[in-house]
Amino acid sequence: MAQANESFFSRLPVVAHLRKSVGLQRGMLVAGIAITAAFLLTAAFAPLIAPYGFSQGFSETQSPPSSAHIWGTTAGGYDVFSRTIWGAQTAFLVVVIAVALSIFAGVILGLVSGYFGGWVDRVLVVVSDAIYAFPTLLLAIVMSITISRGSSSLWGGIFSAAISITVVFIPQYFRVIRAETIRLKAEPFVESAIVVGASSVRIMARHIYKNATRTLPLIFTLNASEAILTLAALGFLGFGIEPTYAAEWGYDLNRAQSDATAGIWWTGVFPGAAIVLTVLGLTLLGESMNDLNDPRLRGRRRAGKKKQELVDA
Amino acid sequence: MTAMIDLPVEEPAAQAPKRRNKSGGSLGKYLLIRFLLIFPTILILVTMVFFLMRITGDPITAALGGRLPPEQLAQRIHEAGYDRPVMVQYFEYLGQLLTGNFGRTISDNLLVTDMLATYGAATLELAVNSLIVALAVGIPLGMLAGYKRDKWQDAVLRVSAILFYATPVFFAGLLLKLVFAVWLGWLPVAGRSGTSTEIAMTQLASPTGIYWLDALRSGNMAAYWDVVQHSVLPAVALGLLTAGIFLRLVRTNVIGTLGKDYVEAGRSRGVSEFRLVTKHAYKPALIPIITVMGLQIALLLGGAVLTETTFEWKGLGFQLASYLTARDFVAVQGIVVLLAVIVAISNFIVDVIAALIDPRVRY
Repeated sequence: MAQANESFFSRLPVVAHLRKSVGLQRGMLVAGIAITAAFLLTAAFAPLIAPYGFSQGFSETQSPPSSAHIWGTTAGGYDVFSRTIWGAQTAFLVVVIAVALSIFAGVILGLVSGYFGGWVDRVLVVVSDAIYAFPTLLLAIVMSITISRGSSSLWGGIFSAAISITVVFIPQYFRVIRAETIRLKAEPFVESAIVVGASSVRIMARHIYKNATRTLPLIFTLNASEAILTLAALGFLGFGIEPTYAAEWGYDLNRAQSDATAGIWWTGVFPGAAIVLTVLGLTLLGESMNDLNDPRLRGRRRAGKKKQELVDA
Repeated sequence: MTAMIDLPVEEPAAQAPKRRNKSGGSLGKYLLIRFLLIFPTILILVTMVFFLMRITGDPITAALGGRLPPEQLAQRIHEAGYDRPVMVQYFEYLGQLLTGNFGRTISDNLLVTDMLATYGAATLELAVNSLIVALAVGIPLGMLAGYKRDKWQDAVLRVSAILFYATPVFFAGLLLKLVFAVWLGWLPVAGRSGTSTEIAMTQLASPTGIYWLDALRSGNMAAYWDVVQHSVLPAVALGLLTAGIFLRLVRTNVIGTLGKDYVEAGRSRGVSEFRLVTKHAYKPALIPIITVMGLQIALLLGGAVLTETTFEWKGLGFQLASYLTARDFVAVQGIVVLLAVIVAISNFIVDVIAALIDPRVRY
């Protein structure tokens, strides 16, 4: 591990993983990066890509794909292509807010709980285990009832969806960070910091935090995909964002169910494919990073190549 | 049981019996602690659900607000006792739960317990069907992927496992409906049975609500075939979601155990590759699967809510979605609490099974 010699760039999570990977694993990683990048670009440039606004109504309803509406229109007279593109933006906002909030809360709780131990720790562990065992969708439903009573405007909807998802994720971050903190607490460098007289806050913020959060990029990508699925599920059950405030894939799929029975496929297939592609990209990215972090699962180079590496070193 | 272990123990080397006694005791202790843990878990969940649902208002305003004049609304709130301090309501609610009283739904004035009993059977049937699909698809394919590690079969299977996971059940359901019900016309679009089967079922003396059983008991083969046809698409939609998770899990564990010395030893003795994978590597790989299955039950129930809505499968999930639309939060609370209890209990059962088959699981 001659990491000190490597540049900062090559030690960034995704870049470092790309360098470590070979063969099939590299293919999956590259596919994940490509799809995720496409999703991010779509979200960023939605106003430029989409020909119409997400709530712009047209008089022709349920019309099949044509030159004016390349993916057709819905029963409500919306343009399917435009709504699918705008949906990326909504999904992106919710995922970023949700995961940022849950990392923030989960990391702080995990650090405090793991470092101080005692009854605070015990209570937090029991509560987080209880939440962890709860069906995530049901918890998100209950949270969204609390926050918005089920109907919401743009930011109200985005925040209520994001916070509902946050509550589901906090226990996961909490567990990971707490376990790492307990392990690190016994390390000599923490003990020496205590001897030197560093305050608990300083030890947690400087010494433990940096070491305990190494696995976070991985959990981040895995949770981002789960957040998208939860958002879509909330929207599907009619608990997401109203269609006039933002485009949301789950809501569109809810409306498309009755269309499907009548053989109208274009209203459901496109937003659904958007969900599948986005989640697929994020999961491929997260999975490959996970496998590359685990030496037992990491694909091995052929013997010939290994020799090459030895010569290099 | 303990007596039988203790008897022959007296004379041989002192250490062995001591250890055996100790491990027997700790298993019992572990199971007892694990059992007692169910109660705080359920209490925490019930408390959380109660306060979260009550924090921003009472259920009557949520359901009927805007539709009734304010005086009448206040009257209804007072009658139901929602104007009392929230802590009083909380302890009253806990007391009611202990006696099995979940209250009455606001929108259609049913006893919540009756509603749960009526629709629970449908959800159970869906969950069992899809678990069968998940195991039948996930385990063999996972073994294949683990054995063909890093070959093209592995690549295809892993990507399809991620695809299964990435596809929301309501989208999988939509595609299945489009292809098999609308375009090919092989299977019905939605529901649990056709009208004639429904009528045949009502003539049964004491219906269980589980259509597989009821149709069998009615002895009407046409009705039975009808029920089977209706249950295929929902079971596949929900089953594939879980199958992806089983596939990945079996794959990882088979890879882990295939590298063990005893597998190598088996191979050197000429045990066939098929037998190595299906017997030697697969059995130890099962233990983590049983543990994870406990967590899958939560996922399965969450997925059932969406599957039932997609296929108009009239179970708890379907009801939950329609009560959500009606803003009937008493009914929602009842269903959520019941599902939480089911998850807590099934997690306990899974932990017990894992402890009994794997001697390493101890606190």
